[in-house]
Amino acid sequence: MDELVNKRINEVIKGNQDAFEEIVTLFQHRLYHVCYRMLGNPQEAEDIAQEAFVRAYVNIHTFDQKRKFSTWLFRIATNLCIDRIRKKKPDYYLDATVPGTDGLNMYSQIAASGDLPEEEVERMEAQERVQYEIGRLPEKYRTVIILRYLEELPLQDISDILELPLGTVKTRVHRGREALRKQMGNM
Amino acid sequence: MNTCQEPVIQLMHAYLDGDISRQDEQQLKEHLFACQHCREMMDELKMSALFLQGAAPLKAPDGFVSGVMARLPKEKSQAGLQRQLRRHPLLAAAALFFILMSATFFSSFGDNQQFSFTKQPNLVIEGETVIVPAGEIVKGDLVVENGNLRIEGEVDGNVTVIRGSKYMASTAVVTGKSEEIDRAFDWLWYKIKTTVKDIFPASKSEPVEE
Ligand SMILES: [Zn+2]
Repeated sequence: MDELVNKRINEVIKGNQDAFEEIVTLFQHRLYHVCYRMLGNPQEAEDIAQEAFVRAYVNIHTFDQKRKFSTWLFRIATNLCIDRIRKKKPDYYLDATVPGTDGLNMYSQIAASGDLPEEEVERMEAQERVQYEIGRLPEKYRTVIILRYLEELPLQDISDILELPLGTVKTRVHRGREALRKQMGNM
Repeated sequence: MNTCQEPVIQLMHAYLDGDISRQDEQQLKEHLFACQHCREMMDELKMSALFLQGAAPLKAPDGFVSGVMARLPKEKSQAGLQRQLRRHPLLAAAALFFILMSATFFSSFGDNQQFSFTKQPNLVIEGETVIVPAGEIVKGDLVVENGNLRIEGEVDGNVTVIRGSKYMASTAVVTGKSEEIDRAFDWLWYKIKTTVKDIFPASKSEPVEE
């Protein structure tokens, strides 16, 4: 597969835009899946996953063909997702009151969306619950947990994707697992 | 509350990572056998990992690929055109044919009857005849339209006479190509060649990257 991908990449570099379509077709589902799990929203996931492919196209000449293309692509996508997640935060002015909510402030809004009442969580479908629990993880654990357990990537690949030392990746997987265990409690 | 030491928890994670030595694994098993707290914790860790692995893979929505292709920056027009033409020679020929057969193109042969020539410093003009005097050297290409050309000296370049005649004296030297064009067909051919030269510059340039 790497050989086929590199062949297409070379065609893209030579100016054949159509060759890129095959690359997108090959990786679309995996990339969309990761973005969806990171962001928890289908529109945003589609937007960011598409943007990741556009960035890959524009920077294709910087890709080192001795390496795995999927790793490079995942790196672009996870960076975009992390940026998106971080950009959302400063929008909240935590103690500002939210118009039309009778004096509710952002704390209560976040509490409302972040932690659902127990009985509501119990009514969730398994798939819905997966996304809910992933979404509650802090971003730096969320990324490694998604790559490790949903993409089932080796720790070394995750280290390459996130450009983090292997030891750091391991620690984050451990903390992520620990956080997940605590938030799920006795399910 | 688990009161056991961090090293045991580290062993649990090493086990879950599939990154544990036999000796450590044995040690962990012995501890789990003896300690209910750690056994429960291990079970919970295993359960949450299993739970995640049950996540169904999601597919990108329909139209995802075409959406990406539509968002790509447009190719440099020259690279795109060159590639299109290289890939579809018939299309190239047809396109060129239509460009050249277009009314404006043909009329430009018939209507433009004005005497004109490439301005070069040492030319002598007599009526509608351009003269390259003996002993003079014209540097560069020379085109004369609707007029005559008489070469007694030297032209260091190509010479083209469109709808006119050319006279070369015995002393005349033309280092480049020499052409006379006086029929519509020749005119068309001349235009094709110059147009093609514009589309495909002389250097075999690879398409420019975005
Ligand atoms: Zn213990």
